[in-house]
Amino acid sequence: MKHLALATGCLLATQAVAETPVLNVYTYESFTSEWGPGPQIEAGFEAQCGCDVVFTGVGDGAALLSRVRLEGARSEADVVVGLDTALMARARATGLFAPTEASAEYDLPIPWEDPDFVPFDWGYFAFVGEAGAEHPTSFEALAASDLSIVIQDPRSSTPGLGLLMWVKAAYGDRASEIWEGLADNILTVTPGWSEAYGLFLDGEADLVLSYTTSPAYHIIAEGDDSKVALPFEEGHYMQVEIAGRLAASDQPELAEQFLQYLLGAEAQGVLPETNWMYPVVLPEGGLAEGFQQIVTPDKALLLEAGEADALREEALAEWRAALAR
Amino acid sequence: MPEQDGLHLKQVELMQGDFRLSADFALGAGARVAVLGPSGAGKSTLLGAIAGFLDPVAGQILWDGARIDRLAPGARPVAMLFQDGNLFPHLNLMRNLALGISPRGRVDAAGRARIERALERVGLEGMAQRRPAELSGGQQSRAALARVLVQARPLMLLDEPFAALGPALRAEMLALVAELQAETGATLLMVSHDPKDAERIADQIVLVDEGRAAPPAPTAALLADPPPGLRRYLGDG
Amino acid sequence: MARGAGALSRGAGLAGAALVLAMLALPLAAILRAAGGGVRPGPADLSALWFTLEQASLSAVLSVALAVPVARALARRRFAGRRLFITLTGAPFLLPVAVAVMGLLAVFGARGWLNAAAGTLGLGPWRIYGLHGVVLAHVFFNLPLAVRILLQGWQAIPAERFRLAATLGLPPGQVFRLLEGPMLRQAVPGALAAIFAICLGSFSVALILGGGPAATTLELAIYQAFLFDSDLGRAAVLALMQAGLVAGAAVLSLWLTRMDGSGSGLDRASQRRDAPGGWRRGADALWLVLAGLFVVLPLVALVLKGLPGLADLPARTWPAVGNSLVVSLGCAALTVTLAGALSAPMARWAEGVGLMPLALSSLVLGTGIFLILNPVMPPARAALPVTLLVNVLMALPFCLRVLAPAWARAEADHGRLADQLGLRGLSRLRWLILPRIRGPLGFAAGIAAALSMGDLGVITLFGTEDRETLPLLMYRLMGAYRTEAAWGAALVLLGLSFGIFWVFDRMGGRDA
Repeated sequence: MKHLALATGCLLATQAVAETPVLNVYTYESFTSEWGPGPQIEAGFEAQCGCDVVFTGVGDGAALLSRVRLEGARSEADVVVGLDTALMARARATGLFAPTEASAEYDLPIPWEDPDFVPFDWGYFAFVGEAGAEHPTSFEALAASDLSIVIQDPRSSTPGLGLLMWVKAAYGDRASEIWEGLADNILTVTPGWSEAYGLFLDGEADLVLSYTTSPAYHIIAEGDDSKVALPFEEGHYMQVEIAGRLAASDQPELAEQFLQYLLGAEAQGVLPETNWMYPVVLPEGGLAEGFQQIVTPDKALLLEAGEADALREEALAEWRAALAR
Repeated sequence: MPEQDGLHLKQVELMQGDFRLSADFALGAGARVAVLGPSGAGKSTLLGAIAGFLDPVAGQILWDGARIDRLAPGARPVAMLFQDGNLFPHLNLMRNLALGISPRGRVDAAGRARIERALERVGLEGMAQRRPAELSGGQQSRAALARVLVQARPLMLLDEPFAALGPALRAEMLALVAELQAETGATLLMVSHDPKDAERIADQIVLVDEGRAAPPAPTAALLADPPPGLRRYLGDG
Repeated sequence: MARGAGALSRGAGLAGAALVLAMLALPLAAILRAAGGGVRPGPADLSALWFTLEQASLSAVLSVALAVPVARALARRRFAGRRLFITLTGAPFLLPVAVAVMGLLAVFGARGWLNAAAGTLGLGPWRIYGLHGVVLAHVFFNLPLAVRILLQGWQAIPAERFRLAATLGLPPGQVFRLLEGPMLRQAVPGALAAIFAICLGSFSVALILGGGPAATTLELAIYQAFLFDSDLGRAAVLALMQAGLVAGAAVLSLWLTRMDGSGSGLDRASQRRDAPGGWRRGADALWLVLAGLFVVLPLVALVLKGLPGLADLPARTWPAVGNSLVVSLGCAALTVTLAGALSAPMARWAEGVGLMPLALSSLVLGTGIFLILNPVMPPARAALPVTLLVNVLMALPFCLRVLAPAWARAEADHGRLADQLGLRGLSRLRWLILPRIRGPLGFAAGIAAALSMGDLGVITLFGTEDRETLPLLMYRLMGAYRTEAAWGAALVLLGLSFGIFWVFDRMGGRDA
C-alpha cells in the first residue's frame, strides 16, 4: 500500500508540475551535486522564470557531450551546461545546438565571440602541490626533477585533455620531447579528476594536475593554505566552460533566458565558491579573499576550438607513444 | 501368455553402456518375488526399468494389461525403496509421508490420520515431527516402509533397502515387509543377495545372470536344485 | 528418459536463456545499428588487446599459484576462527573496485604502511604503479576466489583416502603425487580460466594503478571510444573483441571444470588427523597469516580512513542508502530467480548462456539499452531500473556458478526419490530443490546484493535527476573536493555490502 501511495504521489506531483513549463538542463555530475552551483542556480532562476528547472547530471564534460549526441534531436534537454573549449568544435559539429543572443561584458583573459555558446566560468590548468617546497617553474624543470605527478587520461577526462593541449600550445612540435621527459615523473594516469586529486591528497604523489583555483577551495572551505598551484613560465592553458541551448528544445525562450541568467551577477556570484572556477563576469565586490591569495598566471594559453580539435589526434598519439614505454 | 493381471515384461531389452539385460516374464498380482543374482548382474537395473528410471530399448512393460513403460516414475503403479535416500533429510516424517499421498504435499485431516496410522503400523507412533536424522537406522527403514504404505501402490519394489542393517534388524524388517505385503496384497519384487532372505519371504525367485532375467521359479524348488548359474552364485557347486 | 529435469524445468531454462541472450544481443545490435557497422581496430586497440591478455594471464597464474598453499593449509588444518577467516578473505570480491583500490593504496602506496615499514628498515620506496600494481590488485580481488575453488577441490577428495594415506604412512610428497596432484590437475585449469575471464574486463584497476597509457585495457578503450570519441562503431568492434575473448575463456572454464561454489560446502570437511606436522605446520600457518594480512589489511585501512569522515556525511546519504538498498535487494531477487531458471534444466547450454554476461561490460550494455530506450522515453527516468537490470546481468554468472552445482547435487542425491513420488514442477521446487539449495541460495543472493550495492554502474551514463545511489554519492563527494566525507561514504558502503551479504548468507543457513 505504501508503494502505491508513493507512486500515486509521484504521479500527482508530476501532473502538478506539468502546469508550469519545465526547463531541462543537462550538466555534469559535480555541477548538480549538493555542493555544486546547481541547487542555488536552480532556485535563483526559478524565482524569476515561473518555471521548473530540472537538472540532470551526466558524468563529466565529455560524457555530457556524448550523451547529447546519443540522444540527438529527441533529447529532452533544453540547455546544456558544462562543455568546454576542448569539446566546443565537436559540440558544434553535431548541429544540435542553436545560436544564442545571450551575452555579457566578459572579464576573460581572451576575447570571446561565439554565435552558439556562452562561457560561464573558467580556470587555468596547473599542477598543485604542497606549499613551502621548492617547486619547478616549467615543464622542462618538472621533467628534470624527480617529483612524482598524477595526471588524468586525456582520453577520458577534460583536465587530461587540457594538459595535452597545454603542452601542445606551449611547445608545438617539441611536445613529444616534453612528454618523454615527463614520462618518468608520471606516477600514474587516472580516469578522471576525482581519482587523481584523491591520490594527491592521500600523499601518493608530489603534484597533481588540477586548476590554479584548487588551493582557493582549501583556503576558503577548510582554512588550509598548505596547497599551492605552481606558476609555469610557459603560461597556463585555459579551460573555459560553456553552455548552449539545443535547437530541438520546446522551451527556446526559457532556454535563452536561462543562458542570460547564467551570465548575470547572481549566478556568477555563486560559481566561484561552488564550482571553484573564476566567473566570466567579476562580481562588483571582487572575488572572495581566498581567491586573492592564489597564483594568477602571467600568460594565458588557449588554442582556437577548431585548431584544438584538429590537433587532438596527433597530440594523443604523441602522448601515447611517449608514455607507452 | 495372454494379457493378464499383474506385471508383464514383454521381450524387454535394457541397455546401459556396454551392459545388456533381457527379460521376458510375467508375475501374477500379489506375487512375492526375490530377485537373486551375482553383484553387477543387473538386479537393480531391472527394478529401475520397472520403476521408470531406465527406458527399455525394446519390448514393453505392462501392468494389468496396460503399458506403463512410457509413464513418468511417479505415474506408475509403483512404490519403490532404494538402497538409501528413501526419505528427504530436510523434511520431517509427516511431510515425507504426505508427499507419498500427494506430490503437492497437501494433505487433509484424513490424510494426516492415515499417516499417523501408517507410522503406528510400523512402530513409529508419535514420531511424525522428527526428521530422518533424528532416527536410528532401523527406524529410518520403518519410516520408509510407512511411506510405501501410504503410497498404496499395487507394485512394491525393494532394492536392498535394508542392506546396511545388522542381521537381526534385517530379519525384523523383512518380517514387517511380509506382513505389510500380506495386508495390502501388493505384488512384491525384492532384490536380495541372501538366499535365506528369499526363502524367508519370497515364494518365487527371478534369477538374474549373464544378461538375462529368468522367468520366476518357485523358491523351494529352485533352492533345492539350483541351476548352474545360481549354484555358482551360491558357491556350493 | 522418463525422469530428469522435466518439461517445466526445460521451459524455465529456455525462457531464462532467451531473456539473457536478448538482454545481451539487443543492446549490442542497437549499438551496431546506430554506428552503421563496425570499424577496423587500429594499432592502439591491438596494443590494448595485448596488454589486456598479458595482465589477465599474469593475474590468473599468480592468483592460482598463491591459492594452492593457502587452500591446502585451510583444507588440512583446523583452528579457531577458520570459518571467519574464510568469510573475511572472501571480502575483496564483494568490494566496490574503486574503494578496494583506495584500501590497497593505503597499504601498498607511496605513503602506505608497507613503504613506511620498509622505510624504517632503510628499504624501498616501492612503487605500486605499473603492470605489477595491476596484477597485485587483481590477485587481491581474485585470490579468495581461487582459494575457494581449490579448497572445494581438496574437500572433494574423500577423507578415507587421506586416512588410507595416513595408515600407509605415506610422506607428504607421495600424498601430493597420489591425491592432491591429480585433483589440482582438474581444478587448476578451471580456476585459471575463470579468473582470466574476470580480469579481461578490468577497467578502474588498470587505469588507476596501471601507470600510464601502456596499461590500456580493452575495456578502457571501449570507454574512450564511447564517451570521448563518440565512436560507436569502434566501441562496438572492441566490445565484440572483448566478448569473444571472455566467451572463449568462459567456455574453456566450463569445459574444464564443474565446481561447486557453494558457501555452505566450505566447512564440511571432517577432522583431518593425517595432516603433517613439524615445519609443515609452521609453513601452513605462515601462508594463512600472509594471505590473511594481504586481504585484511586494506580493509582495516578503509575502516580507519572512513571513521573520521562519518561525521561529515551529508543528510542525503540516507536517501542514497535507501536507493542502493532497493537496487541491491531487487538485484538479489531477480538474479537468484534467473540463476534458478538457468540451473533448472541442469544442462551445459543453460550454464553457458548464464556465463555470457561476463563478456559484455556494463558500459556496452548501458549504452545499448540507452539507444533502445531513447526513442521511447527519456533514459534518465529509467536510470535506476536499468542500473538494476545491468547489475542483474553482471551478477548472474557468479550466482549461477554457485546455484547450478547445488541444484544438480540436490537432483543427484534425491531426484530419484522425488521422481518416485511424482514430484514435478512447483512441488518439486518447493519440497526438494529449495530446501536442499537454501545455503547456496543465500550465498548467491548475498553475492548479487553486495556486487550490486557497490556498483556505480551505468547510472552515470544515464544521468540522474535526483535519485542517487551510495556509490554515486561517494563519487560526487570526491568530485567536490570532499575527500574525507567520501571516505566516510566508502565505509558506509563497505559496511552495507558486507552486512547485506552476511544477512543473506545467514538466511541460507549453514547446515541446510
